[in-house]
Amino acid sequence: MADLIKLTAAETAAKIASGELTAVEVTEAHLARIESVDEKVNAFLHVDREGALAQARAVDEKRERGEELGPLAGVPLALKDIFTTEGVPTTVGSKILEGWIPPYDATLTKKLKEADVVILGKTNMDEFAMGSSTENSAYGPTGNPWDLTRIPGGSGGGSAAALAAYEAPLAIGTDTGGSIRQPAAMTATVGVKPTYGAVSRYGMVAFSSSLDQGGPCARTVLDAALLHAVIAGHDELDSTSVDQPVPDVVGAAREGQVRGLRVGVVKEFRGEGFQDGVMQRFDESVELLREQGAEIVELSCPSFEKAVSAYYLIAPSECSSNLARFDALRYGLRVGDDGTHSAEEVTALSREEGFGPEVKRRVMLGTYALSSGYYDAYYGSAQKVRTLIARDFEKSFEQVDVIVSPTAPTTAFPIGERADDPVAMYLSDLCTIPANLAGNAAMSIPCGLAPEDGLPVGLQIVAPAMADDRLYRVGAAVEAAFEARWGHPLLEEAPSL
Amino acid sequence: MPGISREEVAHLARLARLELKDEELEHFAGQLGDIIGAVASVSDVADEDVPPTSHPLPLTNVMRPDTVRPGLTAEQALSGAPAQEQQRFKVPQILGED
Amino acid sequence: MTVIDLVSYEDALADYDPVMGLEVHVELGTKTKMFCGCATELGADANSQTCPTCLGLPGALPVVNAVGVESAIRIGLALNCDIAEWCRFARKNYFYPDMPKNFQTSQYDEPIAFDGYLDVQLEDGEIFRVEIERAHMEEDTGKSTHIGGATGRIHGASHSLLDYNRAGIPLIEIVTKPIQGAGERAPEVAKAYVAELRELIKALGVSDARMEMGQMRCDVNLSLRPKGVEKFGTRSETKNVNSLRSVERAARFEIQRHAAVLGSGGEIIQETRHFHEDDGSTTSGRVKEEAEDYRYFPEPDLVPVAPSREWVEELRAGLPELPRVRRNRLREEWGISQHEMQSVLNAGAVGLIVATTDAGAPADQARKWWMGELARRANEEGTDLADLPITPEQVARLCALVAEGSLNDKLARQTIEGVLAGEGTPDEVVEKRGLKVVSDEGALGTAVDEAIAGNPDIADKIRGGKVQAAGALVGAVMKATRGQADAARVRELILEKLGVEG
Ligand SMILES: [Mg+2]
Ligand SMILES: [Zn+2]
Repeated sequence: MADLIKLTAAETAAKIASGELTAVEVTEAHLARIESVDEKVNAFLHVDREGALAQARAVDEKRERGEELGPLAGVPLALKDIFTTEGVPTTVGSKILEGWIPPYDATLTKKLKEADVVILGKTNMDEFAMGSSTENSAYGPTGNPWDLTRIPGGSGGGSAAALAAYEAPLAIGTDTGGSIRQPAAMTATVGVKPTYGAVSRYGMVAFSSSLDQGGPCARTVLDAALLHAVIAGHDELDSTSVDQPVPDVVGAAREGQVRGLRVGVVKEFRGEGFQDGVMQRFDESVELLREQGAEIVELSCPSFEKAVSAYYLIAPSECSSNLARFDALRYGLRVGDDGTHSAEEVTALSREEGFGPEVKRRVMLGTYALSSGYYDAYYGSAQKVRTLIARDFEKSFEQVDVIVSPTAPTTAFPIGERADDPVAMYLSDLCTIPANLAGNAAMSIPCGLAPEDGLPVGLQIVAPAMADDRLYRVGAAVEAAFEARWGHPLLEEAPSL
Repeated sequence: MPGISREEVAHLARLARLELKDEELEHFAGQLGDIIGAVASVSDVADEDVPPTSHPLPLTNVMRPDTVRPGLTAEQALSGAPAQEQQRFKVPQILGED
Repeated sequence: MTVIDLVSYEDALADYDPVMGLEVHVELGTKTKMFCGCATELGADANSQTCPTCLGLPGALPVVNAVGVESAIRIGLALNCDIAEWCRFARKNYFYPDMPKNFQTSQYDEPIAFDGYLDVQLEDGEIFRVEIERAHMEEDTGKSTHIGGATGRIHGASHSLLDYNRAGIPLIEIVTKPIQGAGERAPEVAKAYVAELRELIKALGVSDARMEMGQMRCDVNLSLRPKGVEKFGTRSETKNVNSLRSVERAARFEIQRHAAVLGSGGEIIQETRHFHEDDGSTTSGRVKEEAEDYRYFPEPDLVPVAPSREWVEELRAGLPELPRVRRNRLREEWGISQHEMQSVLNAGAVGLIVATTDAGAPADQARKWWMGELARRANEEGTDLADLPITPEQVARLCALVAEGSLNDKLARQTIEGVLAGEGTPDEVVEKRGLKVVSDEGALGTAVDEAIAGNPDIADKIRGGKVQAAGALVGAVMKATRGQADAARVRELILEKLGVEG
């Protein structure tokens, strides 16, 4: 049983397909694991035991009937609680949606179901995906399985922690400024932010529409690729969805090759704010890439310096508008409806009680940045910075095939450390934000433990839009080389729960 | 960069429909001021002749044909309603124009 | 509410020059909503035509209706506008319970159509050019019902009920540039503009544009400036003026009210005002203390609309004849005066007459029936001409029956009555009611003989050359045949039998 939860998704799927394992026993093993560790980790907001077992049974029956199974049939998955699931609660980590049961499935949810993936439940997250630590959940923080007193990263801390705690071999995250990659780095797992528009946003509760992107989370690069292939693709319900074939990410992950590849290192991602151990592991990764036959090119992207600032104007602006629909009139929490308050007052009272401080802060910040007197200086300028960042990337990708950097400037910090210092918290996304602003594809893979605290460090790989396969080719090569050096996956060094 | 006053926060809260408590007004005034101070440097490019980017990918003309798609039943539509009456969403008194 | 002593219209115009801005919202007649595939049928059960998108459920996204865009471009072209090569949707942010997302997806500084004009013809034939600022795409809101107050008004209601079937239905908002120089004819221009726009929209087939159904709604912005002054005065915005007559009345009332306020040294405050159908007055709505801050920004969930020039030209080539041009052509074809044409237009009879002539009737006959008997009946019943239960084909058949002599006017009127009463087609009514003109020469001859025999002195007068006296004998024959004889033929027979040349 213990071994069963440590299998990769690819292995699990193969064993189910061959009949060596049933989907039901795999699902039960993970449900049991959740039962035993999640009280400590708090990765899940909702476990859908019945739904998961029903889905697993359906897979087993399908196999018995001799029907063809999808590549991830029967493999359990932890779904970030930002995707709507028909009949299953969706809270987005917020009190304002406590108890809400969506009447529809997100496109991504639908695709997972159609692929016979077993959805175990919904994972914890920073409220409305606003945060880098999962401390902003209305349902309590998630602990980092490496050290439960530390943050697992955010906003998708629940999904990353579920992987690291072996509660699920696959998970789904969303990445607006690093919410898939930064938690992956903090937990020694793999997280991919696909090209903007590669995975449908329909049914993914919006935080910042022009930046949000759902993506796969896993413990191996290949598993992430298999999941990527299931969830990506054009969706006519999402106008910003890319209408092009999905790159062969699975093939690229199986190939795992960097020979002859030009790899860029951005010189601006270094210096103040970067933890020594993080830079040490990063430099080793670059060295490893060189050893594997990659050509290393130093790049300068001066506009990246303003990326965090632009992000903290664009994302709050869009969210101030996206979150306006939570007005206590059609769904969600309603406060003060006692006959003495007007609709407007009930809306304001409900939002006051239903939103946490980070959400209020960003909603007000966005309201400010969009107001008539400030629009040009803030929102307008931020959109110009965005153009400059895209140009820096464009120029860079004329010289290199991928860009690498640390995923986050530091390792996981203690819960509570930056809770009331938003500016310090925002710097955690320094390296991940540029890819969101420009719409590029990016990935984080484990690259070792920082010597000073023994905590995981992530290596970020960034590729041009629609070249997601490059991430997998490079990621798989680096993963294989590191595992050969360490003798095992990094996650095995995590203390047992 | 000028800070953000308590009154400004109150105004923003009104626009954003947040019934902030007094202590929050104070607290957010300080924090919003800090954040704005930290990000204000984007305006260095305000006058530069750079086109703004609103969409990360250069897509245009994404449209759907004018054909009916099944939506929700009224029951599904109202399933999350905090209150309903006559198959409609029941909302408190609207203070509006007459 | 303060009572205002209005200044007489003439006095107001003696001192001031009115400037108007008209904003018209047209609900498109697309099968689905602007940003989702929900049906738009009228009269559906509450909240039965919704989906996650138009209900504003978390996670839902919009996708643009291609026919919505096409209609906007066609309207823009018909209004002589430039069509944007590239434009975006924007979010207009404000909270209101009838708006599920609490922002309206609209267009802001990049409308799809801009800089056009519409020539409108006033009753006396004068052409007035109304300049168009822009036409842009947006979406409608849901409908609220207010409970617990007096007569369904929002004021004093205890709560409201919301139906989102209408939320998301495509709207085209058409905004004029300031209309200047109309002087005392400003209210007439306003009405003529809205009427012309309605005709145009109907001709394009993009909407039925029925104002009484809310498919077309007008806001009248009005300000006065002292004569000779260049700078515009402060304007009032009278919302939801929803009939042609009301548009004219609202403009007229506001001119008189503004003049009264300004004349007594007062100041006009920028505010929205509500129009009252009953007495044609307006009352103060919400005062705009602080300029509304809608925090517009480009809609990130939609990509830009960049209509290719080929598409635009294709749409331009497919535009129908503009209503004013068509009207003038028809007026000439029908050989009627400007004034007569205006009556036809006011009666809503242009299309009906054309359809009747298309079905084979001569124009004068078609016009005679639609503008005569049928207009009278419509008026009596308080319905639109088009809603009478008779078709242009049936009217054409009626004309044919009259032309061939099977019916005279009196019988034709009875036939119309039968058709309107649901008794069937004109032929069926004629058959059932036995309305055919008596054309049996034998029967007619007997009737004429009897009439001559019964009125010997009149017969003598006719024989003596007083041909006009034949009318009395014709009357007697018509009476005897209960009106079913062909009066002209009767006259001929009488003169024939009395040996007199007609
Ligand atoms: Mg509008
Ligand atoms: Zn809909």
